[in-house]
Amino acid sequence: MKPLWQWNLTDIVQALHRGEVSSEEVTRAFLERIQALEPRIHAFLHLEPEAALHQAREADRRRAKTQDPDTLPPLLGVPMAVKDVLTVRGMPCTCGSRILEGFVPPYNATTVQRLLDAGVIILGKTNTDEFAMGSSTENSAYGPTRNPWDLSRVPGGSSGGSAAAVAARMVPAALGTDTGGSVRQPAAFCGVTGFKPTYGRVSRYGLVAYGSSLDTVGTLTQTVADAALLFPYLAGFDPRDATTMDVPVPEVVLSQEPDLRGLRVGVPREYFVEGVHPQVEAAVHAAIRHLESLGAEVQEISLPHTPYAVPVYYIIAPSEASANLARYDGIRYGPRIQGETMWDIFFKTRGRLFGPEVKRRIMLGTYALSAGYYDAYYAKAQKVRTLFRRDFERAFREVDLIAAPVAPSTAFPLGSKTQDPLAMYLEDIFTLPANLAGIPGLAFPVGFDQDGLPIGMQLMAPPFQESRLFAVGHAYQSTTDWHTRVPPLHP
Amino acid sequence: MLSREEVLHIAYLARLELTEEEIEEYRKQLSAILDYFERLKEVDTEGIPPTASVLPPRTVLREDEPQQGLSREELLANAPDVEDGQFRVPPVLDW
Repeated sequence: MKPLWQWNLTDIVQALHRGEVSSEEVTRAFLERIQALEPRIHAFLHLEPEAALHQAREADRRRAKTQDPDTLPPLLGVPMAVKDVLTVRGMPCTCGSRILEGFVPPYNATTVQRLLDAGVIILGKTNTDEFAMGSSTENSAYGPTRNPWDLSRVPGGSSGGSAAAVAARMVPAALGTDTGGSVRQPAAFCGVTGFKPTYGRVSRYGLVAYGSSLDTVGTLTQTVADAALLFPYLAGFDPRDATTMDVPVPEVVLSQEPDLRGLRVGVPREYFVEGVHPQVEAAVHAAIRHLESLGAEVQEISLPHTPYAVPVYYIIAPSEASANLARYDGIRYGPRIQGETMWDIFFKTRGRLFGPEVKRRIMLGTYALSAGYYDAYYAKAQKVRTLFRRDFERAFREVDLIAAPVAPSTAFPLGSKTQDPLAMYLEDIFTLPANLAGIPGLAFPVGFDQDGLPIGMQLMAPPFQESRLFAVGHAYQSTTDWHTRVPPLHP
Repeated sequence: MLSREEVLHIAYLARLELTEEEIEEYRKQLSAILDYFERLKEVDTEGIPPTASVLPPRTVLREDEPQQGLSREELLANAPDVEDGQFRVPPVLDW
């Protein structure tokens, strides 16, 4: 039998239901794994091992006592981790920033509350680029997370802590957030499955705001089936988030038969261009051929505005951020750098406690929204955003799904892009369009490069068609084994 | 290329104190980024409406019923300076 820490979420849930393992055994297995590997990986910003074990024993007692197991919370006693930009009542929430050091939120994010209601045990909070601004987790004020496949490389970002924790099998699943690729790109770099829902599908209440028209809450798991298992618990209308849509959440039933006959898969030519690493391109093409071998019809499509994704996103997201981050003023939460006047407090607290990338984006957004530049930057970017939506609307009249690389390259060495912010932004080109259009995406491993680093492919679907992503991703994983590979880490 | 004065003006609008090194670094980096953004001018957006949100425009209302909110203690618990159940700050206005 595989050691418990290698089990995926679906296996753990089933084994707990059948009484084959206890929550305490499962929780302890992951906590031991964390203890052994955390000094090398630094996936976490906060851990509560004692509280977690206490909850696990509580869950086991509850399960032992019940007459009717069907009345138990369905995920009772399952350990998970949460990215540190989502609030968990009573656990510090820093967003990877000094400006929120010591902040302990008095309420749960809706996604967190729903997981807790389903019985989940939260082991801790995972590392992130400061306020989710970054593609490598190097922008965390508390030090970078390392890629479990190669400790000299980044795990991707901004949900790098969650992705690395799942890849290193320190937790079976974690919440992440995706504003411009922050779930899918670290999933690709770490060889795990990253799911980003449709904008409006999952509540953002309790998610510390970055780019409000783009932010989504997603999952990092070992498998597509695990992502599909969690989805119904996270999705649905929330009276506390007016951007959630009151549309039914379909029950996800994954077929045992990997039959993709009748499925039309579009391959956008703009995602296979100069600058994409040949091994990434080859692995993604092979994965697309694999979908074809399962019966899918593959055709080339065009998403002509793709080359403009970086300027559009890096105007809109920083503009929204510059407004959202105005709330950090040293008055209501977080530390204060004292000054003579209130203005002094604002300038000093914000200037000294925000990190370099956050200040850069606040300045970029402030500039784009300032008098004289609004039309040339912000208004222009919003119009081109409309063209991104139209690109996808046109494509989805011809195909059911789009398949493409997640990122142009595999995980890069720590420090290799930190001096050149534009080079870092350009890494995001293939994940940004799904956020600009608000559509769902699913990233999963489809191979490894010659250095043994994972390569990811992403599927994109029309709004609210997450089930389609799960069905196709699951068909792929039930006929391949890339997702079962574990990084060679020796405790 | 942004001028030093422009960088200082943006930092003033955003209420960010910057060091001398930061002013020079941001001047170079933001200029390079804005130069790259120039390519957006290639895109014809004549007659294209802006997208502020991907969701259909709609009004979300709820029943106007009183609900229990967070307590004063919970809300003040994270503040760096508190007095008499309120946030404490230096004088906002000079008089």
